Amino acid sequence: MTLPPVNVVIVGAGAGGGIVAKELSEAGLTVVLLERGGWVGFDVNGHDDLINQRVSALGTGFGPDERHPRVTEGAPGKWRTVGPTDGGYGNNAACVGSGTVSYGAMAWRFMEQDFRMRSLYGAPEGSTLDDWPVTYADLEPFYEKAEWEIGVAGDMRTNPFSPPRAKGYPMPAFPYNREGRLLEAAARRLGLNPFPIPMLRNSVPYRGRNACIGCRYCVGFACEINAKCGTHNTVIPAALATGHCDLRTHAIAGEIVIDERGRARGVKYFDAQDRAQFQPADLVVVSGGAIETARLLLNSKSKLFPTGAGNRHDWVGRNLQGHAYAGAQGLFAEETYDDVGAGATIAVSNFNHGNPGLRGGAMLANEFIRLPYQFARARPANAARWGKAHKDYQRHFFKRSMNVQGPVQEMPVFTARADVDPAVQDHWGIPVARLSGNRHAHDLEIARFISARAEQWLKEAGAIATRTTIPGLAMRGGQHQAGTCRMGNDPKTSVTDRHGRVHDIPNLFLADGSLHVTNGGFNPVLTIMALGYWVSHHIKAGWRHGGLR
Amino acid sequence: MPEPAPLSPRSALLTRRRLLTLGALGAAGVATGAGGSFLLTHRHRAVPARYRFFDDHEAALLVEICERLIPRDDTPGATDAGVIHFIDRQLRGAHARHQAAYRQGLKAFHQTCLAVARAPFAELAPEKKDEFLRLLESGKAPRAGWSDPSPQEFFRLLVEHTMQGFYGPPRHGGNRGYASYKMLGLDTPQIIGRNRPARS
Repeated sequence: MTLPPVNVVIVGAGAGGGIVAKELSEAGLTVVLLERGGWVGFDVNGHDDLINQRVSALGTGFGPDERHPRVTEGAPGKWRTVGPTDGGYGNNAACVGSGTVSYGAMAWRFMEQDFRMRSLYGAPEGSTLDDWPVTYADLEPFYEKAEWEIGVAGDMRTNPFSPPRAKGYPMPAFPYNREGRLLEAAARRLGLNPFPIPMLRNSVPYRGRNACIGCRYCVGFACEINAKCGTHNTVIPAALATGHCDLRTHAIAGEIVIDERGRARGVKYFDAQDRAQFQPADLVVVSGGAIETARLLLNSKSKLFPTGAGNRHDWVGRNLQGHAYAGAQGLFAEETYDDVGAGATIAVSNFNHGNPGLRGGAMLANEFIRLPYQFARARPANAARWGKAHKDYQRHFFKRSMNVQGPVQEMPVFTARADVDPAVQDHWGIPVARLSGNRHAHDLEIARFISARAEQWLKEAGAIATRTTIPGLAMRGGQHQAGTCRMGNDPKTSVTDRHGRVHDIPNLFLADGSLHVTNGGFNPVLTIMALGYWVSHHIKAGWRHGGLR
Repeated sequence: MPEPAPLSPRSALLTRRRLLTLGALGAAGVATGAGGSFLLTHRHRAVPARYRFFDDHEAALLVEICERLIPRDDTPGATDAGVIHFIDRQLRGAHARHQAAYRQGLKAFHQTCLAVARAPFAELAPEKKDEFLRLLESGKAPRAGWSDPSPQEFFRLLVEHTMQGFYGPPRHGGNRGYASYKMLGLDTPQIIGRNRPARS
């Protein structure tokens, strides 16, 4: 049925959509926020080693469920239907707050260079590498807003590569754990510049929520004491408190309705009882994550856009990126484990740029605490995976190992994509996302370089044995999915303008990782949040001037 | 969280299927000349009588296998930790898609063991058991009696599920008493607040 009209309907209550909901409802606009999942807190799965965002052996901890299949390409031209716990699905999450409920919460600003990759390095053959249509300076105030409104603990004084900032962090940095102390001394000996990882996690009580108690669970889990900062416990409650925002959970968006004049009229969705609804709105914001946003646009066919909203030049769903994680594991003679969570405390940014012959790079950081089950699966190729030898390895090395790794900035590839499967539909009859293509070979060159740096750092810290981990070419975006609806100044080679507004559809905006032209050598969430504020800022300006109604 | 499966009452169907399975095993035992059927030669262990998915014979064999994958030494092994109960429960829940693999795999495992080691698995000395498991792991085990999964695939599945049962949380049926966490020296239950980082 057709519901009473509102000013804005937002699809997706994650890092981007949650922020837009708060900004626009606080500005007095009436907002409907659609989320395909529900509220998922610590009470649902607790600290379950087998049901969380890192291990989904018995199910996804934060959604979606099996009613949301996708199709993924194995060998070229070989398609298979997969569920959210299968490899190749590229899952992030589906719940209020999305990945921000369960993330490790690293709060990185991209560097100035990350917005100018093409100018700095030139695109390698086979890549659509480009500059962003915005600069770091454009986004800087919005990064700051994200850091203060969502909450970040950090200290960049010892990181000479940190981009300029007008204001410090709202909370002091977390101290190094034992791994961090060992790695700090080693980094200094190597001439590197270690610093504490900025975290969207309370180091002191902040905005009415608790300080972190340093439990051994963090990444992959909802916080037991609400000390981790996501959109679910900051901006979304603030949006709801305005009285102007109506959050509808278990709402499955199927189509943005575009009229014959090329304007968005609202969103068709299925409600929690699987009833078809139409929510009319003055403007539509899509924040479904890089894969689901592309899918929704492609499923929104209209007279003016017969191949999907914003897809006039076949760029929707292209350039899917994630991160090519590269690093090393080190084994130690002495105990490195001190049971102080979250585990990841120290990073260096020495290898993000300026690596000889390479386009970009990655930050390197020590890893979050590994679950015993994860550790049981992390073995050198020739080591016993079962029997007494397995037990001996677990008992000896669980507390004597460290991982250092980093997210390699990927070269965008036009054929790495999320489109829509012609046959497979989800529980609601909506064509599902289909993922295909590979990452660029240059990413692996960078990964090998980054892994070697990680290995060197571990050896300097005293590792008695090391092994590197190099990713393969397969890439499905996953939790860092980005790039499918890049922003740009040229409508022929981008999907939105520099404000996140879809070219040719004046009242349709995107606010999530799909906008990223490139994905930085960092965890992307703070950039997604900054873009949420950036896009909201321009929507509010347009609304005030009346151009959006 | 999957729905907890009810403790299965032995339906007429299940009983019939079980008899058919055991009949087939008996026939195979004769055919391989290994002497006697699974039913007659299998040494029974003290295992609880009722499972959600396995019959007692399947369960007894699986207990023997899992105990070699994570053997008891000065810390608990797979049997102590209740790995069998984890697998049994998940085959009626999150791992239901692996039911056929276990049904066929355990049957073929038994047949292959009789053919290769000339005795049921339970009767082998520990080092002979490990030798047989390494044969499966290597992919060089005879394929007679196997289709889907292959011996190697089935072995990998067993290792994977045994690790899940041993290192997963007790609420899924394994890791009884947090045996694996204690083995690793992890305080269990974790005392909340104990680890608050000292502000420096």
